[in-house]
Amino acid sequence: MISRRDFLQVGMAASALVGASGFGNWAKLAAQQALTQDQLLQFDTFGNVSLIHVTDIHAQLKPIYFREPEINIGVGDNKGKVPHLTGADFRQAYGIEDGSPRDYALTYEDFASLAREYGRVGGLDRVATVVNAIRADRPDAILLDGGDTWHGSYTCYHTEGQDMVNVMNALKPDAMTFHWEFTLGQDRVRELIEGLPFAALGQNIFDATWDEPSEEFKAYEFFERGGAKIAVIGQAFPYMPIANPGWMFPDFSFGIRDERMQEVVNDVRGQGADLVVVLSHNGFDVDKQMAGVVEGIDVILSGHTHDAVPEPVLVGETIIVASGSNGKFVSRVDLDVREGRMMGFRHKLIPIFSDVIQPDKDMAALIDEQRAPYEAEMAEVIGQTEDTLYRRGNFNGTWDDVICDALLSERDAEIALSPGVRWGPSLIPGQDITREDIWGVTSMTYPEAYRTEMTGEFLKVILEDVADNIFNPNPYYQQGGDMVRIGGMGYAIDISKPQGERISDMTLLSTGGAIDPARNYVVAGWASVNEGTEGPPIWDVVESHIRKLGTVTAPGHDNVKVTGV
Amino acid sequence: MDLTRRETLAVGGAALVVAALPMPAMASAVDDLINEFTGGADLADSGVDLIAPEIAENGNTVPIEVSAEGAASIMVLAAGNPTPPVATFNFGPLAGESRAKTRIRLAGTQDVIAVAKMADGSFARTSKNVKVTIGGCGG
Repeated sequence: MISRRDFLQVGMAASALVGASGFGNWAKLAAQQALTQDQLLQFDTFGNVSLIHVTDIHAQLKPIYFREPEINIGVGDNKGKVPHLTGADFRQAYGIEDGSPRDYALTYEDFASLAREYGRVGGLDRVATVVNAIRADRPDAILLDGGDTWHGSYTCYHTEGQDMVNVMNALKPDAMTFHWEFTLGQDRVRELIEGLPFAALGQNIFDATWDEPSEEFKAYEFFERGGAKIAVIGQAFPYMPIANPGWMFPDFSFGIRDERMQEVVNDVRGQGADLVVVLSHNGFDVDKQMAGVVEGIDVILSGHTHDAVPEPVLVGETIIVASGSNGKFVSRVDLDVREGRMMGFRHKLIPIFSDVIQPDKDMAALIDEQRAPYEAEMAEVIGQTEDTLYRRGNFNGTWDDVICDALLSERDAEIALSPGVRWGPSLIPGQDITREDIWGVTSMTYPEAYRTEMTGEFLKVILEDVADNIFNPNPYYQQGGDMVRIGGMGYAIDISKPQGERISDMTLLSTGGAIDPARNYVVAGWASVNEGTEGPPIWDVVESHIRKLGTVTAPGHDNVKVTGV
Repeated sequence: MDLTRRETLAVGGAALVVAALPMPAMASAVDDLINEFTGGADLADSGVDLIAPEIAENGNTVPIEVSAEGAASIMVLAAGNPTPPVATFNFGPLAGESRAKTRIRLAGTQDVIAVAKMADGSFARTSKNVKVTIGGCGG
C-alpha cells in the first residue's frame, strides 16, 4: 500500500512533469514565435477536483506590464528559500532559460526589452478565457479569489469597488477572502458583501467589541465536487488595522489566530471534509509557518505577498500555491481526493500573456462598460518616461523614486516617505504616462499627502519599526509589505540585526550631512494610517510633478546600503 | 483578580522605582514576582496556554486569554510595563474550567507571561512576545 506521503511525492513528480511538458518548452516555442494559447493552457486533467486560484488582482481589469522584484530578501528559516529567489537564482531553481517567456513572466532582468517582445500581461478578459477553458475540462472547478481585488485603480476608486464586483461576479468565483477591500470603509464593505453571490470568508475576522468570530463573515464553505466533500476556509490579512487605517473598519479585529484555524479545521474534518483548502491572505512565509503549526490542511492558496511560484511548496503534507498579482497569473490545481484524503495533485501556474490568450468577448465588453464613464479622464497623457517605472522590491523602485521626488518638490520637503506596498503596474521606456498609470500606483482611500516636521530620532524609529515588519525572523511578526520608500535621505540597513539596531548612517542627501536626531526635518509623505491626516491626494501631487517635467527619468538610486543578507 | 486597589497601587509604586533601573533589574523584578507566586518552585514548560496577538492592533487594549487544565490560579505579568502585575485569576472547586479572558494595556513591545498554579501545587509557565508597533504599510 502506498502511504500518503508517497502519493504526495508522486503528485509532486507529476507536477514537475507538467512543468516540463507545458511550461519548460516555452523558450523554444517563443523563439519560433509559436507560443500559443493552447500551449499555455495545456493540462492533462487529473483526479476528481480542480481548484482555480486568482489573488491580489488590485483592480487591474486591463493588460499591464508588471516587473517582478530584484530584491526580495528572506530572513530566518526562509533565507534563500522560495519565494525569496530572484533573477538568476530563480531561473536556476526552476530551469528557466534567459530571455524565455518564463524569464519575462517570473524575473526582472532585461525587463524592458522582454516586455517589448512578449507584450503586456493580465487583463480579466484573458483571465476569463483561461477560467472558461479550465471549466470546459472540469465544469465544476472551484474558483477562489484570495482578495485585494476591490482596490487599486481609477475606476475602482471612483466606483468604490463596484467595477470589480461587477466583473468578478461575471467570472463567478465560489469564495473570496479580504484585505484592501476593508479600506473602502466598513459600511461599503458590508454593502458589497451583502449582495455577493458567493461566500465571503475569514475565520480570523472577529468582532472587535466582543473578540468573537464575526457573524458577518463565514469561516468556511463546503463544496461537493467529484464525490468529495471539500471545505474552503478563509484567512483574511491578519494585520489590517495595523498596516492599514483601523479607524476605517473599527468594528473588526483580525490577527493570525492559528489556534482558531486549528479548531475550524478540526470542525470541518469532523463534519466529514475529505479535503481542507485554506484561501489565505497571510503572505507566503506566514502560510508556510501556519502549515507547520496547524494540522490537517491539504492545500493553502496563498496571497498577499504577490509571489508567483512555479511549483507548489510542500510543508509536511500541505501544499502551498501562490499565484502572483495584478491579474498576471492564474493557478490551476487538480487533486485526487479519495477515501477522505488528498492522494495527489497536479499544478500549473498559467501566465496571462495578453497577446497570446484571446480575450473573452463578453468579459471584454463588461470591462469596457465599467471603464466607459471614466475613459477620457483616465486616458489623458500627463508625460512620458525614459526609464522603466516599477515598484516591486524590498527597497525603492523607480516609480517610488518618482513619487518621492514629486513629494519633495511639490510639497517643498527635505525628506519624502512613500509606503512599501507591493501593488502597482510597471511602465517601460518610451511609454506615455497617463492619469490611469499614476492612479495604478497611488489609488487608495487615504491618499492625503501630508507635510509635517519629524525629528531625526523619530525618522529612525519609523525606519526601525517598518524594517522589523519585514525582516523579523519570525514570519508571524511580518506584515508582508516592503520597506518604506524614502526620498531626500540615504541610510544603511543590516537585515540581520534586531529592531532598533538595523538602521545606521542616515544622511540628508541635499547636504551630505548626517541626520541629527534632535533636529526637526520637513517631511512629506502619504498613506498615513492616522485619522485626520491632511493634504492634497498623492495622485494630484504626482500628476503636477510629471506635467512639469514632461519626460521622466528614473535611473534608480543607490541611497540604501543593505548588509546582513 | 485577587489584587486589591491598595495592593495594586503599592505594587505600582514599587514598580515605578524599578522602572528607572536598567533592564536586568526589571527582569529580576519580574523574576521576584514569579518567585513570590511560586515560592521558588520549579516551573514546567507546558500545562498553561496563553493566547495573545503577535502584533497588537491597539496597545491600549490587547485581548488575551489564559487557560490551564485543573489550575487553581493563573498569574499574568506584562514584563515590560511599568507595573508588570496584570492579574491573578483564582479558580474555585466549582469553576467549570480554569480559563479567563481579559484585555490588557501594553506600554510597548514586550513579553506577556502566564504562570499557573496547579491543584497539586506544581507550577507551569508560558510567555508570548506581543509587538506594539506604530504601523507599517501592507502589500
